[in-house]
Amino acid sequence: MEVSPEFAVQMHGIVKKFGAYTALDHVDLDVRKQTVHAILGENGAGKTTLMNILYGLYQADEGSVYMDGKEVSITSPTEAIAHGIGMVHQHFMLVENFTVTENIILGDEVCGAAGVLDMRKARKEVMELVEEYGFDVDPDAVIQDITVGMQQRVEILKALYRGAEVLILDEPTAVLTPQEIEKLIEIMHDLIAKGKSIIIITHKLKEIMQSADECSIIRRGVYMGTVDVKNSSETELASKMVGRNVNLTVEKTPAHPADVTLSIRGLTVKDERGIEQVRDLNLDVRSGEIVGIAGIDGNGQQELVDAICSLAKATSGAILMNGQEIQNTNPRNVLNHSVAVIPSDRHRWGLVLPMMVEENTVLERHGEDMFGKGIMLDYEKLHEFTSKLIESYDIRPAGCEEERMSGLSGGNQQKAIIARQVSYVPDLLIAFQPTRGLDVGAIESVHKTLIAERDRGAAILLISFELDEVMDVSDTIAVIYHGQIVGTFAQGTVDENQLGLLMAGGEAK
Amino acid sequence: MDNFILLLGITLMYSTPLVFGALGGVISERSGVTNIGIEGMMVIGAIAGAAGSYFTGNPWLGFLAAGVCGALVALLHAVASVSFAADQTISGVAINMLAPGLALFMCRQLFEGAAMTPIATKLPKILGEDGLAGTPFANLNVNVTTVIALLFTVIMWFVLYKTKWGLRVRAVGEHPAAADTLGINVYRVRYICVLVSGMLAGLGGASMTIAIISQFTQTAISGHGFIAMAAVIFGKWKPFGAYGACLLFGFTQALVILLGGGEFVIPSQILSMLPYVMTIIVLVIFVGRSVAPKADGIPYVKGSR
Repeated sequence: MEVSPEFAVQMHGIVKKFGAYTALDHVDLDVRKQTVHAILGENGAGKTTLMNILYGLYQADEGSVYMDGKEVSITSPTEAIAHGIGMVHQHFMLVENFTVTENIILGDEVCGAAGVLDMRKARKEVMELVEEYGFDVDPDAVIQDITVGMQQRVEILKALYRGAEVLILDEPTAVLTPQEIEKLIEIMHDLIAKGKSIIIITHKLKEIMQSADECSIIRRGVYMGTVDVKNSSETELASKMVGRNVNLTVEKTPAHPADVTLSIRGLTVKDERGIEQVRDLNLDVRSGEIVGIAGIDGNGQQELVDAICSLAKATSGAILMNGQEIQNTNPRNVLNHSVAVIPSDRHRWGLVLPMMVEENTVLERHGEDMFGKGIMLDYEKLHEFTSKLIESYDIRPAGCEEERMSGLSGGNQQKAIIARQVSYVPDLLIAFQPTRGLDVGAIESVHKTLIAERDRGAAILLISFELDEVMDVSDTIAVIYHGQIVGTFAQGTVDENQLGLLMAGGEAK
Repeated sequence: MDNFILLLGITLMYSTPLVFGALGGVISERSGVTNIGIEGMMVIGAIAGAAGSYFTGNPWLGFLAAGVCGALVALLHAVASVSFAADQTISGVAINMLAPGLALFMCRQLFEGAAMTPIATKLPKILGEDGLAGTPFANLNVNVTTVIALLFTVIMWFVLYKTKWGLRVRAVGEHPAAADTLGINVYRVRYICVLVSGMLAGLGGASMTIAIISQFTQTAISGHGFIAMAAVIFGKWKPFGAYGACLLFGFTQALVILLGGGEFVIPSQILSMLPYVMTIIVLVIFVGRSVAPKADGIPYVKGSR
C-alpha cells in the first residue's frame, strides 16, 4: 500500500526477531483514518508483538512506521503517546487502589507550583472527558470497586486524556460480559464518529464482524492480507487465520448414554462468607454423554466444581461417583475415583508455570510407579510420557518437554492440561471453561477431545459461561441459576432465548 | 504528673531513631523495594554521625555525614535489587551483616583500635541545654532530632499524597508496568526512593549516637532497624501510621527505663525485652492483615508481566 495521509497508521515490512525465533516476518498494516481495523490471528501469531512495536515497547528489527503519511520513529511509550497513540492492554494497566482520576492523570499530572497536585482541576478535566464521550464512569471511584467494563473505559479515558487519535485495544472483549461487549462496540463506533481511529486485536470472529471495517490477518508472524469485513464471512476469516478450513460448528454423532457415573443429590455448598452458593442441587451425568451447564458467572458453578473435587465443604447432600460417596473427602480420593478436572483458571489451579512442561504433565500422578522408584523421580520416564502427549495433542512448540510451562502460549498450556487430564482415562471429566481465552483453532481441538472422550465412554460435565459452547457441545443442557438447576433439556429441544431467560432467573415458556 | 511527663519525654526521645528508620522503610517499600537493610544503614549512620561530629566538632556536619553514608550503603541495595533484580531480602540481609562489621572496623581504624568512639558533640535540644531546667517540664525539652523526625513525617506525607512525585512513587509500588506504559521511569523512581530510604535510616542512626547518647558503641543500634520495619507494617506503610507505631515502641522503651529505675522489683533483663516482645506481638497480629504495596519486593523487569 502506498504511503498516504489517508491512513492514520501504516506499518510496512515489519520484522521482529527474538533470538533465533522470528515473531514477525515482513508484516504490513494500513489503518485508514476513522475506521475500526481488526488484527486477527491465533494466540502467538504476533498480533500483540506488532502493537507493542507501534506503542514503542519493542523496537522492530526492520521496517518503517508512518503516521498521517509521514515516517515516524517510536522508541518508547512516551513517544507513542506524543504521536497520539494510546494503548489499552489486555491486562489492564490500572493501579487498583487509586481512584479513576488518579489513574487517568498518572504520568501527566495536573499540577500547581512545585509538583503539588491540583486534584480539583484534574477531576474537572476528567469529568469533561467523561461527559464528552458519554462514559458511565465515576471519577472518584476506586478501581478495585468498579466492574471490569468500567475499568476498561477508564483505560480508554487514559488514552483520550493524553490526546490519543489512534487507539489500540488488545483483546478488549476477553474479560467482558455480553452486555459490556455491546456497550464497548457502541463506544468504538462513537469514537470513530468523533474522528479517532481504532486498532483492535482479537481472535473473536463474531466481534470483528460486528465492529470492524477492515481486518488484517497474521498467521505465525506472516501477513496474510487485509479483507473488507463487509464482504467477508466468519468462515473465510477463520480459514485465513488458521490456514486450513475450520469447522465452526461442532460435529458429533448422537450420544449413547449408559449408567449414571456422577450423581449429585441435594447438594448445598456455602462460600467462605457463609452464603449458600449451591442450594439443594440435583444432577446426573451418565457415562457416554456430555452434560453442559449454562449459566452466568457467579451462580454457583465454581462452588459446585470445588465441592465435587473436595476443595469445598458440602454442607448437606451427597456426591456419588459410580455409586460411592466422595463428598467431603480430599482431592486425592476424588482423583482415585477417576475424576479428572480441567480447571477454569489454568494459571491458578492447573499449572505451575515456572516448572517444566514434563513436570506439569505428571503433577497429580508423579507418585505412580511408572514415573520412578521410591522417593526418586525418573525424569527419562517423565520425558517419554510427555513426548507422547505433546505428539498426540499437538502441543507447540514440539520438543518443549523441558521448557518452562510459562513459555507456552495460552492455547498450548490449555492443551497440556487437557492432555494430562485425559491421560488418566477418567470415568468423569469435568471441563470448566475449557476454551477460555483460546482461539478458534484451539477451541475446535478442545471440543473434539471432549467428544472423543465421550465416545470412549467417559461422562463429561461441561461448565461454561459461553452459551454457544454449551449449546453446541452438550448432549444435555442444564441451566444453573442461584445455585440450583432450573431446567434440563436435551440438545436441540431448546433455543438461546429460552436458556437466556432461565439463566437470568426468569421462567421458561 | 511528673511521671507522665517523664514518660512522654522518654517516649519521644526513644521513638526518634525509630521514626527515621520507619520513614525510610515507608518510602522504599512504597516504591516497591523491600528494605530489610534499614538496621545496617542505621548502624552506618550511627558511626558516621558520631565520627563526623567528633572530627569536625560540628554535630550538624556529623548528622549530614550520617545521611550521606546511609544513602551510600543504600546505593548497594539499589544496584542489587533495582538494576540487577536481585532478591531484595538477600540484599538487605547482606547489608545487615556487613554494616556492624564495617562500622566496628572504621571505628578501630579511626580511633586507635577502640570499639567505641570518644564522646562527640551532641545535637542541641530544642530549648537549649538548660531549657525548662528546674521546672516539671524539663523532660519535654526534647532533642532537635525529635522535631526533625516529625517534620520529615509531615513532608513525606505531603509528598506521597499531595504531589505528582508521590503519586508516581505509589503507582510504581503498586503496578510498575502501568507506570512504565505511561512514561514513568520505574528504575529511577525506585533508585531515588531507596537512596532516600538509606539517608533517613542513616539520620536515624545518628539521632541515636549524637542526640540520645553521645558516642558510637557496638550496641547503640541493636534491633532498632527491625523495630522500625515492624512499625512500617503496623503503620500500614503510611508516614503517620509508622510515626504512631514508633511512638508505641518508644513508649515501651520508656516503660523499661521508668520501671527499671523505680520501686518495682522486675529484673531489668526481663524489662529490656519489652520493646522486642512488643514488636513480635505487633507483627504476629498485623502481618498478613495490613496490605503491603502490591509490587513490594518484586523486582521490575521490563516486558515481563
